[in-house]
Amino acid sequence: MLKQVEGSHAVAEAVALCRPEVISAYPITPQTHIVEDLGTMVKAGGIENCEFLLVESEFGALSACIGSSAAGARSYTATSSQGMLFMMEAVYNASGMGLPIVMTVGNRAIGAPINIWNDWGDAMSARDAGWIQLFVESNQQAVDVHIQAFKLAEQLSLPVMVCMDGFILTHSYSRVDIPEQEQVDAFLPAFEPRQVLDPAVPVSMGAMVGPEAFTEVRYLAHHKQMEALELIPEQAAAFQQIFGRDSGGLTKSFECEGAETVVVTMGSVIGTMKEVLAGMRADGISIGALAVRSFRPFPKDTLRACLQNAKRVIVFEKCLAVGMGGILAMNLRMALKDFPIRVHSAIGGLGGRPITRANLRRMFEKGIRDEMEEPHFHDIQMDIVERELERERAQRRSGSIAENILQDVGVVAAAKTI
Amino acid sequence: MAQIPESLQKVRFYQTGTLTVGNRLLDAEHRSVQATLDRSNSLDSGHRACQGCGEALGARFAIDAAMRATDNRLIAANATGCLEVFTTPYPETAWSVPWIHSLFGNAAAVGAGIAAAMKAKGRKDVRVIAQGGDGGTTDIGFGCLSGMFDRNDDVLYICYNNEAYMNTGVQRSSATPGAARTATTMPVGKDPGNAFNTGKSVPLIAMAHLIPYVATASVHDLHDLEHKVTKAMGVRGSRYIEIFVPCPLGWGSKPSDTVKIARLAVECGLFPLIEAEHGEITGVTKIRSKTPVADYLKLQRRFAHVLKPDNAHQLEQLQAIADRNISRFNLVDDQGGQE
Amino acid sequence: MKTPFAITLDVGSSLLNKTGSWRTERPQYLDRLPPCNHACPAGENIQQWLYLTEEGRYEEAWRQIMDDNPFPAVMGRVCYHPCETSCNRGQLDEAVGINAVERFLGDQALINEWRMEAGTSTGKRVMVLGAGPGGLAAAYHLRRMGHEVTVFEASPQAGGMLRYGIPKYRMPREKLRAEVARIEQMGVALQLDTRIDDVLAARDEGAFDAVFLAIGAQLPKRVDIKGNGEPPVLDAVTVLRNTELEQTTGLRGQVVVYGGGNTAMDVGRSAVRLGAKKVTVVVFEAREHMPAHEFEVTEAREEGVTLICLRAIREVHGDTVTLEKMVPGEGRWPQPTGQFENLSADVVVQALGQNVDTALVDALTGVRTAEGVVQVGADMQTGCAGVFAGGDMIPSQRTVTTAIGHGKKAARNIDAYLRNGAYQAPEKHEVVNFDMLNTWYYSDAPRTVRPMLNVMRRQSGFAEIVGNIDQEAATFEARRCMSCGNCFECDNCYGVCPDNSITKLGPGLRFKFKYDYCKGCGLCVSECPCGAIKMIPEDI
Ligand SMILES: Cc1cc2nc3c(=O)[nH]c(=O)nc-3n(C[C@H](O)[C@H](O)[C@H](O)COP(=O)(O)OP(=O)(O)OC[C@H]3O[C@@H](n4cnc5c(N)ncnc54)[C@H](O)[C@@H]3O)c2cc1C
Ligand SMILES: Cc1ncc(C[n+]2csc(CCOP(=O)(O)OP(=O)(O)O)c2C)c(N)n1
Ligand code: SF4
Ligand code: SF4
Ligand SMILES: [Mg+2]
Repeated sequence: MLKQVEGSHAVAEAVALCRPEVISAYPITPQTHIVEDLGTMVKAGGIENCEFLLVESEFGALSACIGSSAAGARSYTATSSQGMLFMMEAVYNASGMGLPIVMTVGNRAIGAPINIWNDWGDAMSARDAGWIQLFVESNQQAVDVHIQAFKLAEQLSLPVMVCMDGFILTHSYSRVDIPEQEQVDAFLPAFEPRQVLDPAVPVSMGAMVGPEAFTEVRYLAHHKQMEALELIPEQAAAFQQIFGRDSGGLTKSFECEGAETVVVTMGSVIGTMKEVLAGMRADGISIGALAVRSFRPFPKDTLRACLQNAKRVIVFEKCLAVGMGGILAMNLRMALKDFPIRVHSAIGGLGGRPITRANLRRMFEKGIRDEMEEPHFHDIQMDIVERELERERAQRRSGSIAENILQDVGVVAAAKTI
Repeated sequence: MAQIPESLQKVRFYQTGTLTVGNRLLDAEHRSVQATLDRSNSLDSGHRACQGCGEALGARFAIDAAMRATDNRLIAANATGCLEVFTTPYPETAWSVPWIHSLFGNAAAVGAGIAAAMKAKGRKDVRVIAQGGDGGTTDIGFGCLSGMFDRNDDVLYICYNNEAYMNTGVQRSSATPGAARTATTMPVGKDPGNAFNTGKSVPLIAMAHLIPYVATASVHDLHDLEHKVTKAMGVRGSRYIEIFVPCPLGWGSKPSDTVKIARLAVECGLFPLIEAEHGEITGVTKIRSKTPVADYLKLQRRFAHVLKPDNAHQLEQLQAIADRNISRFNLVDDQGGQE
Repeated sequence: MKTPFAITLDVGSSLLNKTGSWRTERPQYLDRLPPCNHACPAGENIQQWLYLTEEGRYEEAWRQIMDDNPFPAVMGRVCYHPCETSCNRGQLDEAVGINAVERFLGDQALINEWRMEAGTSTGKRVMVLGAGPGGLAAAYHLRRMGHEVTVFEASPQAGGMLRYGIPKYRMPREKLRAEVARIEQMGVALQLDTRIDDVLAARDEGAFDAVFLAIGAQLPKRVDIKGNGEPPVLDAVTVLRNTELEQTTGLRGQVVVYGGGNTAMDVGRSAVRLGAKKVTVVVFEAREHMPAHEFEVTEAREEGVTLICLRAIREVHGDTVTLEKMVPGEGRWPQPTGQFENLSADVVVQALGQNVDTALVDALTGVRTAEGVVQVGADMQTGCAGVFAGGDMIPSQRTVTTAIGHGKKAARNIDAYLRNGAYQAPEKHEVVNFDMLNTWYYSDAPRTVRPMLNVMRRQSGFAEIVGNIDQEAATFEARRCMSCGNCFECDNCYGVCPDNSITKLGPGLRFKFKYDYCKGCGLCVSECPCGAIKMIPEDI
């Protein structure tokens, strides 16, 4: 059914259609609306046989899901930013134990400085945690990928994060096709856990494993993710069969076949980019784009196949490995290591910095000219940076960088709605 | 054995009054769970706890009683700590109940999740226990525990209190008593050992959440312990039981003294045995014969310095704490009688 | 379930880890000797029969007593119960009322007419001299072993001092008669009114293969007191014997008894019952050194007997008894002061003990006597082969129970002698002392008070003064027993083992260690209430 709804609400409806049995909730912007809406649905009786737990922290939220999932219940929670960090110990634990929890990450920057706006810092902090991480570009995708996520998680016995850009998707209203319950039921079978806490067949879960088996345990975790590389496209195809939409999958190409330059990115920014790239192509520039939809597992082979004929790749990402550079870029370079392809790394949109069509085009053109710094900080105000560096050189106690920059920018009143 | 004649069942002595684990003179239904041939042995042989570990003992006492009370329909969530490490090193588990270990600080939340799952699935019959050491309970797991109480999740949380972080090598926790030596509160300086006027009472804090049931128990008094676990399992909602479990390694005591030390802790007043419902104290287990705290302390090297003349003030302080417990909880019958 | 590798484990797997290898000491179950048993002159397995009584298994309990002592009903009345004196429970609150329970069981046997059977006949014949407790006990045990036994008794009735010494109010005769009858019913021949003076002749005449002498100490010890025969100076043995035979005792008016032992109390108290106006017991020793049992003294005084201590009777003249005051001297022996006082009396009775009539053994070659008693070896045999002796006539405590113990021991040795062997007593277990117990586990329980006849009735007749305890009280009292040194299946070890290393074998079968897992922590030993487990070093 087509609806004009907020992204968060759309996700809530999608999750509800998946017949979750336990949902735990803890507020943090910008994922709050999702669990608020789910809470209302459960309370109103809209989701049958579902327990809604108002926990005391994100650590509690995911821990409760660990318990409920281990007890054989389809379990869901959502978080963002600081919340992700606060639950991090449980994040690793859930995947280590192979519990098929689905968690929405309303992507948001990580402090300090505290910032409520969108980037991928939170998701990236958990990139090696053993979860499957799927990035979506629209609210329709968000709906569809959540439905696929439960199936994937349960089939593999691995937890899945569905990463959607905070505010840009979570708080935006758009037309979304909310599937029918019968469709979802046809796609997503009841949860049949691979392991379960059951008095009839007792097992001990969460053993202590020493050097004698730890490597093997880790190898098997990696192996499972490799299995996911096959399963994810299969499920996307199966999804398309029932729902008629091309959603999910490992990657999505936007006219990158035959393009000299390919922009590689994730998430919602592809929407803006598509328009910019269309304009550039109209101007005769050979340029396409490729969206990475599954960041973990990282679809190396698919990316190689898609990009092998490109001359250059410009990776645009909303995250930074401080002291190193672009994270997606690093991953991609590893994938393309034996191809004669130039890979530029651009980092932008940090902490919610707006990405405009104009500045994107400028950046792409710089890339095409192969004039990009490594890494390239998109839309950075270098004058401010210079001034601060100058100050630091001048005096030992130069104060907080964040404070100083805010002074410089003139935004004294920082956002109060943290 | 011949059936005990009906007429002799009138002779209540050694029947209701008995303190031993079993009693061949009792009707089967009045015997302790631990005395039965078919107790679950939820924590079975082959675990790697130290010799005479009070925690291993307390856990079997408690979980077996809970198993009996729930007709063996029980799931347990365990915090990181000795109890977890000594029971489940790959490839061997000593648990015979469905059991999960997730993290150090989240046992209460994991338990809450399991309980929610059972509720969602309509499995009212399956009950949940979350458990951990004092560190996992009073410190790092405290947030999750308080959250569980707050939501009144249908979980019995059991804290095995051995008064320090044992698994990491005996460091102070907020359950470590004043003057006690730990690796982080060494007996040096002018106030050797752990500082006085620190720490917290989780039973009292639990009561402040107004949850249906809170109790303290000790491995030396099995009947009291089983009674409390059984009672707890008969109630829905959040319940908390703290079990006093001496640790020979951490306390520097003889493995064979574990039960004796627990008994003395209670008999001297330092560890009061209480029961509370919805925030009100509803019962105390009276001290049978009041003992000076020194009798309790002298069996443990962690208190060795307290018994030196130089530290007489510490002994006085500990005695004062015990005395205060006795008067606060009315642990000794005024009539001078026993029970 | 296809569970994740290493992280999820199947139950029961820890059993592969044999933690028994950690051990340096191993616990072991053992039976230690309870102090009551140790102190019982008849060697009764008291703990065991209390254990059975707790469960209401009275006949089994009684038979347990009967293994050692054929006189439970008598014991429950006259035994001075050293078992209770040494009972460990005495250090906790008060000793277990063993004697009261024994009497209860003894009486149950009489009410229910429980019987004992003779053993399979061996064809051997044993002659017993004296139907006192020593002789009868020996006869009983020998009969159970299958020997033919004839008891020769000089008096018209069996029982020895039980009948002719101990007054009725302490030892009702029907009980004695019944317990003796039960022995007769086993086929023991009793020849009353038959005094034997020539042991060997009698032996040969009856073709006996062995002899047991238990003639007791029948001759009154007397001191010479100056006087003219008025008032009469009698002796306790004769007085009590005449009381029993219902003949004139001479006890009348103001009675003065001389002596500080139990016999003096018996005489004094009998005199009260026979209507004496005033009874005074003159005691040589200081009050605290009187040989009489405290309860006897107390009861005597309750009944109106007056006690004068530290006095020696120096002269009896007319109606006056002259006493010399004594003062405590070195040790127990008082010293004269040269100060005198008078007491009026209608009759004086000396109760200063008894001597053995050793004339009987004079004719037996090899038999040695010393200090007025017959000497025997560790096997109770006199220097004359095949002639054994026991009871008051050999060096002993001179109590009924001691005589009974002698009878048992002699019977075993005689049996061995008749089989041409030597009796090998089983090795004695280590005695459990109070420190070996963990008494916290025993509920507080005050001792049952035995009912006593009121003083008025005590003063006016020979009715038994100590009453029976009922079944409930007996059960209660039995349950006060701490089962020192002997497992009573309290399940403590089974419960307190942190390693679940003990198998409970089920009712009556006790427990077994799983040494595969026992780490040797010793908690079971510490928490065994009754000290029935011990740690022994592991040889590594
Ligand atoms: C007044 C009194 C009160 C006592 N009270 C107690 C008491 O309360 N508790 C207690 O434990 N002890 C008591 N005693 C001691 C106890 O009675 C004796 O220690 C015990 O009876 C000794 O037993 P026995 O078999 O050796 O000798 P006895 O009981 O003296 O029996 C010996 C028997 O042998 C017979 N006899 C002797 N010579 C011959 C012979 N030549 N031929 C045939 N038969 C012969 C005698 O007639 C007698 O029946 C008391 C003693 C007295 C005198
Ligand atoms: C988050 C985290 N911090 C610290 C630890 C290290 N750690 C493991 S067990 C333990 C001590 C446990 O103490 P307690 O809860 O009292 O249980 P005990 O071992 O004394 O039974 C600690 C500090 C950990 N595993 N996880
Ligand atoms: S350190 Fe203490 S709590 Fe840990 S196993 Fe040893 S005795 Fe038990
Ligand atoms: S308590 Fe029982 S076993 Fe122990 S000495 Fe007393 S009667 Fe004998
Ligand atoms: Mg601890």
